[in-house]
Amino acid sequence: MSDLLRFATAGSVDDGKSTLIGRLLFDSKGLFTDQLEDIERISQRRGNDYVDLSLLTDGLRAEREQGITIDVAYRYFATPRRKFIIADTPGHVQYTRNMVTGASTADVALILVDARKGVTEQSRRHAFLATLLGVSHLVLCVNKMDLVDWSEDVFRTIVDDFKEFAAKLIVGDLSSIPVSALLGDNVVTRSEHTPWFEGATLLSLLENLHVASDRNLVDVRFPVQLVIRPQSSAARDYRGYAGNLASGILKVGDPIRVLPSGLETTVAGIDTASGPVDEAFPPMSIVVRLAEEIDVSRGDMLVRPRNVPTVTQDVEALICWMDESATLSARKKYAIKHTTRWARALVRDVEYRIDVNTLHRHIEDDELALNDIGRVTLRITAPLFVDAYRENRETGSFILVDESTNRTVAAGLVLRR
Amino acid sequence: MTSRVLDQLRTLESESIHVIREVAAEMQRPCLMFSGGKDSIVMLHLAVKAFAPARIPFPIMHIDTGLNFPEVIAFRDRLVTDLDLDLVVASVPDALARGEVREGPGGSRNRIQTPVLLAAIEEHGFDALFGGARRDEEKARAKERVFSFRDEFGQWDPKNQRPELWNLYNGRIAPGEQIRVFPLSNWTELDIWNYIAHYDVPVPGLYLAHDREVVERQGMLYAVNDFIDARDDEVPAVRRVRYRTMGDANLTAAVESEADTIAKVVEEIAAVRLTERGATRGDDKVSDTSMEDRKKEGYF
Repeated sequence: MSDLLRFATAGSVDDGKSTLIGRLLFDSKGLFTDQLEDIERISQRRGNDYVDLSLLTDGLRAEREQGITIDVAYRYFATPRRKFIIADTPGHVQYTRNMVTGASTADVALILVDARKGVTEQSRRHAFLATLLGVSHLVLCVNKMDLVDWSEDVFRTIVDDFKEFAAKLIVGDLSSIPVSALLGDNVVTRSEHTPWFEGATLLSLLENLHVASDRNLVDVRFPVQLVIRPQSSAARDYRGYAGNLASGILKVGDPIRVLPSGLETTVAGIDTASGPVDEAFPPMSIVVRLAEEIDVSRGDMLVRPRNVPTVTQDVEALICWMDESATLSARKKYAIKHTTRWARALVRDVEYRIDVNTLHRHIEDDELALNDIGRVTLRITAPLFVDAYRENRETGSFILVDESTNRTVAAGLVLRR
Repeated sequence: MTSRVLDQLRTLESESIHVIREVAAEMQRPCLMFSGGKDSIVMLHLAVKAFAPARIPFPIMHIDTGLNFPEVIAFRDRLVTDLDLDLVVASVPDALARGEVREGPGGSRNRIQTPVLLAAIEEHGFDALFGGARRDEEKARAKERVFSFRDEFGQWDPKNQRPELWNLYNGRIAPGEQIRVFPLSNWTELDIWNYIAHYDVPVPGLYLAHDREVVERQGMLYAVNDFIDARDDEVPAVRRVRYRTMGDANLTAAVESEADTIAKVVEEIAAVRLTERGATRGDDKVSDTSMEDRKKEGYF
């Protein structure tokens, strides 16, 4: 059985990030002949004497014309062991928004460092954002090793330097690999130039990383998406609650409590796309049938009676502001979407803004602008059922939407109270 | 089951069903675009599963270019009966007859599908349209959101897309605007075939290798049919072929193949080195950014 791994990459064109992705796709045969011919043709037309693998990821006209990456691009490749989804994001500070987006669903983050330049402000920022968004596996790729004569000393210095910074972050595990994306060393095949390196190649590492235990299998949280009530005579008595199991293991026979009503009953059955099951685990989409007919609707949450989230109208959160046309400040109001629930949120206070490069907290700042991250307190029109983002990505995350433009303006991470 | 890890197909299935249910719960009047191709067949199959045992709570729409393979139309009509679906047909020939659109050079009806689609959306008041597009198909698609916002002209603005985080989708729109929804965004062509094989999803027989009279044109094999005549210098020959995509019968080429079962198709796709569009679609070869340009105009 092959499973699915999502990883995020961030970096600028200079780091060779697009080249690294191109190399992964190319060497794992995730790239098709006509795509290759396409970029060969464009590289030639531009007068390059090499095939510019970055053209694979830069798909929009403006990106090709300006040689920049604007947005998050998703790429796919598979080996017999795993299917991979790459969220590829640009690395500059003005693209913090895109990095946060890419990292929000990633299991692993690749941090790319140019061996000649060492750890930069940008690599520290990437590591900070990835760990902030709950990515628990970091892979430090020290690239362009061919340009530093495959020096073990250079590699070790960079790794030590990075580790010193990473100690300030909450990192699940960190691996480091010396690579040359351009030549392919240690990306898919082992390099002959790094006999001193004992670790796995990048692809082999990605294939073998154990991410299943990153999920929260303890706290049952089932946000109800919709009620399934067939009108046909054959299934008239059927009544099920559809949704995606956010966390925990839900079993037939389990006692459950419905939030916000507090009513309790037991699970009579769990249906999936492939038929009924005895137990469900994340990220399964399921339909839960209950033993008693009680009032449950979209936005409600099924939990275990002895393990409930915080039910609150007051939320402390880190906010990443994503809108260029407005800023966030106290007393502003937004629509908020948390799990399957919409409500309205009032900003009570902006406590501080974090400098994403130095991690310094600016308590004097009371406004968040595009790409800013800061701590805020919100008052919500109706209770939300939240857990801290660190413990639960699904019930600890929300988005803010501007009610006049309908644009998604912020990502929010619930903090432990 | 003890490891409690979903395999990749069930992970993708789960994610797609979540997206389909979100749309049904939040949008006023959704509609599922059905082309008769394998992607829209899988998407429809997932929609059936998302609401079972209830029926699908929205109609499906087919843009009939008048250039469909007859096998595809027959397949569509059978599905509509079997699944008790509401079918909306937006007809390009009708729009041509009314003079609302005009055919492009070479008889391509690819570009004129867009105004016909937009007119049908307006007529029926649809605010969310499911499309079967995948991000691995094309480089402009690789940057499109799962919930893709379109303004009142149906236009896509790639530089002004809504950030999309976790599985929190924002379907809020003003009247006249729409959301295009792509539940299969994260699937690849091989995933689609693996899924069809694993769950025995029925597909039109054109996808399997069969003998057909074809002519070779610019390296591609075109069936001789109601829509394509052999030119004077072309000699039709019977070859063993199958189709990788279901586009218009006058533009979609077949590929030589011995894959006459779904299992063999999966094997063939796993080994193939050309993208499906590159191999079979004359309409995407116009420029580096032809897909991006068409999407900006309101195309899927």
